[in-house]
Amino acid sequence: MLNPDSVGRTFEGAELVTVSQSEINAFCAVLSESNTTVAPPTFSIRITLEQSQEILSSPEIGLDWSRVVHGDQRFEIKRPIIAGDSFKCSSTIESYKVSAGNEIVSVRSDLHSNNELVVSTWSTLVVRA
Amino acid sequence: MINIGTVVDEKVFFIDRAMLKAYANASGDQNPIHQNEEFAVSVGLPNVISHGMLTMALVGKFVSDWAGGPATVKEFSARFIKPVIVPADQSVDLTVSGVVTEVIGDQITVELSATSAGVQVLGMSEAVVVQ
Repeated sequence: MLNPDSVGRTFEGAELVTVSQSEINAFCAVLSESNTTVAPPTFSIRITLEQSQEILSSPEIGLDWSRVVHGDQRFEIKRPIIAGDSFKCSSTIESYKVSAGNEIVSVRSDLHSNNELVVSTWSTLVVRA
Repeated sequence: MINIGTVVDEKVFFIDRAMLKAYANASGDQNPIHQNEEFAVSVGLPNVISHGMLTMALVGKFVSDWAGGPATVKEFSARFIKPVIVPADQSVDLTVSGVVTEVIGDQITVELSATSAGVQVLGMSEAVVVQ
């Protein structure tokens, strides 16, 4: 069970995450996207989901990541991500509820590059009963 | 001319196990339910399933191709309502279509639909693109 005190808290990623052209190329290759000058719209999940996992499965928060399924996902993209962007990722646990034994957690993540907000994402994660 | 009701022509993508492996590496999501059949079945799934985010990425490709490239997408959302099931040695379809629901200046909202094996896999999926 998630520690209810964590709802509303924001967690700052400890490290900058720098996007490389080869990471963009690999993501594009899966989608047969030939334009690799910018990252595909959902690329930021590569950064935000890992951070969410790290935060939510920490002993302090206590979510059982092995039972997590992805409920829904939303992106607001201020500008496309490009190679060389160096992101600071902050994640906020926006809501938490238990429904029919499933835990439902909403996490917002903001990616800033040099204080510029580039992408915001919202993920709803469901911990299956 | 793009108006409310303008249809984005259907496109079929194909997903196989090799694509799941490539997406796992590209996205960093190495959850075994997307690669290991024995594990997937052990946690109550019918078979290996696609990453919801791979499904969403392909739908993103669909709408951005229509709008003029990956830089056109400003907002994008989806609910994962059913898994895309990917048996070994098979390519399963992801059939995507769209319809314009709002036009405000250069911002176009497209409602998106995605099915696999005839089953709706995404709900409430929408993208805002700028042209």
